Amino acid sequence: MAESVATGPKGMFLEVWQGRLKASVKVAGEGPPLVYVHAAAGLRWDDFLDGLARHFTVYAPELPGTGDSDPHDIYQVESLWDVVLIMGDVLDALGLSGVPLVGHSFGGMLAAEMAAHWPERFSKLVLISPIGLWREDRPVTNWMAVPLQDMPRLMFRDLSSPAVQRLLAMPQDQEELVMAQAKFVWALGCSGKFVWPIPDKGLEKRLHRVRAPTLLVWGRDDAVVPVEYAQDFASYIRGAKVEVVDGAGHVPQLEKLDQVLPRVLQFLQG
Amino acid sequence: MQVSMFHLMPYRDLPKDFEQRYHSVWVDPPWWELADADKVGQYYNWTLDELVYAARSGLDGICTNEHHQNAYGFMPNPNLMGSALAKATNGLDVAVVQMGSTLPTTNPPIRVAEEYAMLDCISGGRLVAGMPLGSPMDVNYCYGVPPMEQRERYREAHDLIVKAWTAKEMFAWNGKYWQLPMVNPWPRPIQQPHPPIWVPGSGSITTWDFAADHDYCYCFLSYFGWQMAQGVVDGYWARVQEKGKDMNPYRLGFLQLVVVSETDARAEEEYAEHVEYFYHKCLHIAPEFAFPPGHHDWESLVHMVRRGGFGGLSMNLREMGYRDFVNQGCVIAGSPETVRDQLREMAKRLRVGNLMVLLHIGSMPHELTLKNIDLFAREVLPHIRDIWDDEGWENHWWPQRLRKPQPATR
Repeated sequence: MAESVATGPKGMFLEVWQGRLKASVKVAGEGPPLVYVHAAAGLRWDDFLDGLARHFTVYAPELPGTGDSDPHDIYQVESLWDVVLIMGDVLDALGLSGVPLVGHSFGGMLAAEMAAHWPERFSKLVLISPIGLWREDRPVTNWMAVPLQDMPRLMFRDLSSPAVQRLLAMPQDQEELVMAQAKFVWALGCSGKFVWPIPDKGLEKRLHRVRAPTLLVWGRDDAVVPVEYAQDFASYIRGAKVEVVDGAGHVPQLEKLDQVLPRVLQFLQG
Repeated sequence: MQVSMFHLMPYRDLPKDFEQRYHSVWVDPPWWELADADKVGQYYNWTLDELVYAARSGLDGICTNEHHQNAYGFMPNPNLMGSALAKATNGLDVAVVQMGSTLPTTNPPIRVAEEYAMLDCISGGRLVAGMPLGSPMDVNYCYGVPPMEQRERYREAHDLIVKAWTAKEMFAWNGKYWQLPMVNPWPRPIQQPHPPIWVPGSGSITTWDFAADHDYCYCFLSYFGWQMAQGVVDGYWARVQEKGKDMNPYRLGFLQLVVVSETDARAEEEYAEHVEYFYHKCLHIAPEFAFPPGHHDWESLVHMVRRGGFGGLSMNLREMGYRDFVNQGCVIAGSPETVRDQLREMAKRLRVGNLMVLLHIGSMPHELTLKNIDLFAREVLPHIRDIWDDEGWENHWWPQRLRKPQPATR
């Protein structure tokens, strides 16, 4: 592992959505800008983001209600359509256009929606095990119906990776632990507002609008969104490349960081 | 005190090893393996007969409620039952207590306004309008509402229903979750401005506030007895006082499991297996179904995590037997003397004006249920009715035409 970003991400708040929201955005790194959209359980600054931040200035907006934003902000957001436009507000406030966009899982779906809505806005698109499509023969697992203690086994094929172990490490301080657990559950509730009970909100009808060169990254043993979905996404997005990662589950960028990070960087910088 | 019989309409013949073999009594119990439609037809009829029997025996009200996809209590539309009950009890001074239609999942919610108004008309103004938020199993899992939206939908449905009942002019409803161009329901209720509203809750501050602010009856439907309920109920009364409301005991409804026999020993002999069936099988609910993320609001969530997580129950039901349930006060059981003493103490301590008693429990057969109702009505009820008479409160949460001084004995 090379040196990590010493100070961790900086937090910033942006007034958006006619002043009804103070959007929280985490920023780290140096270089050209890149936007990262987090998964359903909220933003955790992990080793993959550290890796991206060595080459890019990573902007990671938090879904309203999650992370450092006001938990009640979720009530200002009524629909997935609102979420997409709020993300647009945030990128406008940051002055970001023509930038690469990376999203994981729930964030992968959201990134795909954004790239379909603004085909010119993003230079590259990386979707890591995105949700958003639905196959009767291989339904997406309802992660909100999984007991919390079973969550790691659902998410990861390879729990041994140091990056996964760092992600799963819990705060020692009791109060920090309470808040971390509450925020984790609350973030699932907030993102769930836009995908419950079936995470298919019609993305299939919009994906053809994506024009950014796209890389799909998928763990071969993904127990949340089975790897068959990679081909479905690829069939809708012209010229999309698919990278299937052996020995990885739903979070291949951490489970197999050493393979996935270089592949993503190569795609982004190529 | 007003005393009503509550019925859940559970499946009465689950296999002995149900809780070992199956994941959950709610949401995913396999119908084709476990159930028989002919038997279920018999249960529905018994349920109606038992409630009508309670009404004829002198109980003040009869309660049904709505649940889905379970063997615990499956009246998917309580108003179908309520309709039969309203007709069958015409001429009796009995309230039809619907506890009731689940607001966030009845679409559009004016359906509740209409069906309740029908029941009020059929019963001649004897309806109590329960307005439940609904369980996560029913609302989120069975009916697909995002947990995060459940409370907002509830509030909007409530506002719409009350307006639909009371507005003198037709109106358009431009809500967040429902839009209706011309709201003008037929019929409207007999009771004016609308039937009394009861709000079942499970202890969240948000619901206490909602009930107190609107002057509704807050109902704590607990299966764990008054000792366990004391904290929640004290919290509710503190909130009522903070808001400057009076301490009218009829602001509180409470559900209690009750079984009566000739003696304490006889009660154990007759009812033990059915009480254990209820706690072991009917409450065998997979925890992940009970606590989907987003169901609790942020403040309640932090409170729960700080207290040590989800589940809330400090007892392990499966390891408890009849005597444990009785000793903990989950069930009030025994001879008429035992039962009436405990009920009086419970009602006084909690300050309950509207008591609901679950007189059919789990696998209890029809004949035994009738015996329980009969003994309760004859030997217990006359001795607990007068509990609040010396304080002179009026039950504003009871149908007007049924509000008359209750004699101490009938």
